[in-house]
Amino acid sequence: MYDGGKIIAGIIIGLALLTFPIWYTSGRAAPKPEVKLPVKEKECVQPGPYMKKKHMQVLDLWRDSVVRVQQRSYVAFNGKEYDMSLQNTCMSADCHAKKSEFCDRCHNYTGVVPYCWDCHIPPKEKPEEKH
Amino acid sequence: MNVILSLIVSSVAVFGLVVIAFVGVWGAHLEWLFGVVIPYLAVITFFVGMIYRVVQWGKCAMPFRIPSTCGQQKTLPWLKRTYVDKLDNPVGTVAVVGRMILEVLCFRSLFRNTRLEFGNGQEIKYKSAKWLWFGSIVFHYTFLIVLLRHLRFFTEPMPFFVPIIEKVDGFFQLYVPTLYQSGLLLGAAATFLLLRRVIDGKMRYISLPADYFPLFLILGLATTGVLMRYVLKADVVSIKELTMGLVSFRPVVPEGISVLFYIHIFLVSVFFAYFPFSKLTHMAGVFLSPTRNVSNNSRIVRHINPWNYPVKVHTYAAYEDEFREKMIDAGLPVEKGAPEPAKPE
Ligand code: HEC
Ligand code: HEC
Ligand code: HEM
Repeated sequence: MYDGGKIIAGIIIGLALLTFPIWYTSGRAAPKPEVKLPVKEKECVQPGPYMKKKHMQVLDLWRDSVVRVQQRSYVAFNGKEYDMSLQNTCMSADCHAKKSEFCDRCHNYTGVVPYCWDCHIPPKEKPEEKH
Repeated sequence: MNVILSLIVSSVAVFGLVVIAFVGVWGAHLEWLFGVVIPYLAVITFFVGMIYRVVQWGKCAMPFRIPSTCGQQKTLPWLKRTYVDKLDNPVGTVAVVGRMILEVLCFRSLFRNTRLEFGNGQEIKYKSAKWLWFGSIVFHYTFLIVLLRHLRFFTEPMPFFVPIIEKVDGFFQLYVPTLYQSGLLLGAAATFLLLRRVIDGKMRYISLPADYFPLFLILGLATTGVLMRYVLKADVVSIKELTMGLVSFRPVVPEGISVLFYIHIFLVSVFFAYFPFSKLTHMAGVFLSPTRNVSNNSRIVRHINPWNYPVKVHTYAAYEDEFREKMIDAGLPVEKGAPEPAKPE
């Protein structure tokens, strides 16, 4: 090989960069986050698997509905009626009261930073319970 | 191959890949094959193939310097060399590195692209043509950003720069989930690069399925990705479980991942496996372009062709030694004079 030193150095740098996730993880995958599901309520506004994928679309729909057409009541998949509200319905005391034990667990794991909290204030949690 | 056939062959090939993944996962439930086995094989093919390519290139001799230069060469001290000349006609390593950085990061040779046009009547003009440069820059950088953002699936915790990129990329805070400009720009740039090949007659003439296929493949990747993120939605937590399993070599296939994800990752696998066999090797090749990465020191350093085989030489001195007497007899001039006559007995 001609200029072998430089070429091998190039290959090593390229390999090091492109395999970054492998050596950064070094065989230890962090476990999938466990979210604390509500104890009292059994059903969400839509079935679980649906919410898992599409909760942000539901929130978007709620937001548009409240802010643009003043429609605040939402009929859930099981016929129950809910007030469309992020803090007061989703995050009410009986449901996902703790942002740090629910929303944040998934969002930190998947690198999602919703900007909603720039304005919306999540329900207060006692500091010692913070995760 | 003519343009219609080329376009049909390459787009049908990509569509076929989509169908294979769809049937494989939706019909035959081969989640392990498409989510684990094929991605691993593709990545192995990528690394082995790329290293093989680079080593093969490294084995090519470079008998002399062939930098393409557009600046004044280093010469007599009173001939001025500006910094442009120094970069464009590099003598030392620093200048070569500078030139390579501009080439790799700014696509300088594309920036210098010109186009031959007729002015008034038969007058010939060279006009600057920046569209190719612009399209390529947008294409490659948005590709890089999308790829770096994908690190959120492959690292835990994420490196510090991923959230920063996400924030900048989602600057306009449009739509939910936040629209990343890079995803759309990638699709737009790839479309532009495709149209460039189809619309311009000269480009059409020199384009082959090997040119169209990667573009269709990347368009397929971007389309499935955008569909997954903004429209059909995906169970990202389960997907990350799968991808983290891949990078930690403890593969798992969680329930509930949609077929669309398997189509996306199958296109990605084909993309990476195809790399070393195709023009996409320019990712490594750009660093080994002799017209860019050598200094123009032909007049300063003697370069010996490594292909030279030992040549049998017969110097004039040896020649004269051999034929001196015959030359003297023939009246030819000799350098050393006749040998002393042998002493008579
Ligand atoms: C610029 C500040 C701001 C941001 C950012 C913001 N919102 Fe809002 N949101 C408001 C305001 C103001 C209202 C109106 C409250 C009302 O009329 O009850 C509202 C109302 C809502 C409502 C219905 C009313 C309620 O009580 O919840 C929902 C749902 C909602 N927003 C969801 C979201 C989501 C999801 C995001 C993030 C993607 C978000 N918002 C980001 C300011 C904001
Ligand atoms: C099961 C895990 C999980 C839980 C629990 C969860 N999220 Fe999410 N959320 C996600 C994922 C994953 C995404 C990113 C989806 C994507 O990129 O397609 C997301 C995205 C979002 C977005 C859109 C972000 C953007 O990019 O604009 C909003 C808003 C959001 N979640 C709100 C919430 C709120 C509020 C809660 C708590 C009440 C919550 N989520 C709980 C997983 C979760
Ligand atoms: C060449 C490589 C790839 C390209 C060009 C690409 C392209 C894209 C694009 C354009 C998106 C749209 C959303 C965005 O802009 O982030 C996307 C989303 C996505 N990609 Fe890729 N992708 C590639 C590789 C991969 C790989 C290797 C995986 C995982 C194995 C993957 C998994 C996903 C997932 C899960 C989403 C949805 C993200 C979400 O919902 O937020 N992609 N991809």
